[in-house]
Amino acid sequence: MHGHSTFEPKNGFVKWLEARLPILSFSHESFVAYPTPKNLNYWWTFGAILSFMLVAQIITGVVLAMHYTPESTMAFDSVEKIMRDVNWGWMLRYAHSNGASMFFFAVYIHMFRGIYYGSYKAPREVLWILGVIIFLLMMATGFMGYVLPWGQMSFWGATVITNLFSAIPFVGDQITVWLWGGYSVGNPTLNRFFSLHYLLPFVIAAVVGLHVWALHVVGQNNPDGVDIKDVKKDSVPFTPHATMKDSLGIAVFLLLYAWFIFFVPNYLGDADNYIPANPMKTPPHIVPEWYFLPFYAILRSIPNKLAGVVAMFAAIALLAFLPWLDTSKVRSGKYRPLFKIFFWIFAATAIGLGYLGAMPPEGGYVLAARLLSVSYFAFFLVILPVLGLVEKTKPVPATIADAVLAKH
Amino acid sequence: MASASTVEPTRRDFLFIATGAMAAVGAAAVVWPLINQMSPDASTLAMASTEVDIGSIPVGQIVTIKWRGKPVFISHRSPKEIEEAQNVDVATLRDPQPDSARVKKPEWLIVIGVCTHLGCIPLGHQGDYNGWFCPCHGSVYDTSGRIRKGPAPLNLAVPEYSFLTDTKVKIG
Ligand code: HEM
Ligand code: FES
Repeated sequence: MHGHSTFEPKNGFVKWLEARLPILSFSHESFVAYPTPKNLNYWWTFGAILSFMLVAQIITGVVLAMHYTPESTMAFDSVEKIMRDVNWGWMLRYAHSNGASMFFFAVYIHMFRGIYYGSYKAPREVLWILGVIIFLLMMATGFMGYVLPWGQMSFWGATVITNLFSAIPFVGDQITVWLWGGYSVGNPTLNRFFSLHYLLPFVIAAVVGLHVWALHVVGQNNPDGVDIKDVKKDSVPFTPHATMKDSLGIAVFLLLYAWFIFFVPNYLGDADNYIPANPMKTPPHIVPEWYFLPFYAILRSIPNKLAGVVAMFAAIALLAFLPWLDTSKVRSGKYRPLFKIFFWIFAATAIGLGYLGAMPPEGGYVLAARLLSVSYFAFFLVILPVLGLVEKTKPVPATIADAVLAKH
Repeated sequence: MASASTVEPTRRDFLFIATGAMAAVGAAAVVWPLINQMSPDASTLAMASTEVDIGSIPVGQIVTIKWRGKPVFISHRSPKEIEEAQNVDVATLRDPQPDSARVKKPEWLIVIGVCTHLGCIPLGHQGDYNGWFCPCHGSVYDTSGRIRKGPAPLNLAVPEYSFLTDTKVKIG
């Protein structure tokens, strides 16, 4: 796509560099002249918020690693030392642990945004799938990070999650022993989780690079779901428009993040994780971090080990197939009256599953979790394929400019 | 069929495939240590067996000991518990096993205390069958440690053990 301006080097050094590594003109094309649709709303600032959170996690993580000891007899104490003795240690740790929650909060909004506005549809399938890969890597990173403080929830969460692999027929047990480096979760497990927890965020950064590359090839989707036809009429340059809007989005998001760090730093955590890991005693009620709860609820709703594990992974994997499961020709949910209703049912289903994942697996909770699991899968496998064939959609504006003018 | 002279494999094809095969073997030889280093190391494998004095465990009590980093339950079963374990139609069980195949002496049940669902430690003398109840996702085991209800697929595993004397067992 042609941008709003071209990079014209004036200074001699810049010209010299441009002839050797055109990084400045590349940045100019990507973040200054890049055409962004005129009609973007604030849900589009979450990409920038996510980039910010990734950097925040890497910076706080690297400094925490300067004080943390990945050894099972010392890990818990080293985290307590960070909290009590290390200068600003409490703040850095709270920033990192709440940062993970903020990161997931932002990614869930980002994903629901994509679903509502049909951002996964052609030609953005690869962009979407790269997003699902980032989501998986984030889950692995968050899970392994939560193991590091080596509290009771760290230990038993790690036990339950690694045991998911024992459900694999025939080789499951060998795989879990290999993952643990022993016959149960122990020091070798902690050590390798630390190594991978340090590595994966950089892998995420690399995949984010591909994600943004794919985005800049196909262009951004927008609330009306029509592509840019005339750069001058339909779009505005990235800088200053998107830069400023994203900055405001990040600033408001930071208020929430700071509120968690400074006022309720342990609200999203579990008190049991301030008890050192004890391999001889399971806490009465194991709950994963809040951002895994919907998937955990699906796992528990099925009274068969293998089927439960398969359903849980399928719930995540289905996301990657959305571009083909949704058969509607109309991209944005704004022009799909029936889809809108089912979208909100789906959002309520996901939140409901999250609530049930935190409740004990008994009585009415189990039944409710089963119903909502069915509803979750039905959205992907029944509603989306069928809706595209039967729904009567509203007329879609011809261009972004028309959509914007129609509002005024 | 026409003469196959043009498609006949040449010396170059042979060398190409042989070289490729050697490269694949070499790559596998390099990758294997990188994967295998994650398996339990020599010190973990060498973890000795454990000897336990069971003379002091009263009838009706379950004692938990640690073996290979895992809990092992030693249950001194009461006559009622033994009877409950034996009077079961084995064919109706999810993981069919008679009680006699799970004990060496009926009064002593020795099982690994790891739920076969996702690895939590079940609580003794609880649940509908008065055996064990797993708090994580609600699996219920009977007085023989057999799975009766809930998501776990298998009975609590019986470790290798032997009675050294009437009051001493060696586990492992
Ligand atoms: C994708 C980005 C990341 C996410 C989502 C993430 C998530 C987490 C989580 C949830 C915890 C547990 C916090 C707690 O309960 O205390 C944690 C701990 C930790 N993370 Fe990360 N992390 C990320 C990046 C990094 C990076 C790049 C490093 C660099 C080494 C790092 C180093 C650590 C250390 C040392 C701990 C243990 C100290 C502690 O528990 O606070 N993290 N991480
Ligand atoms: S781990 Fe025991 S029921 Fe799931």
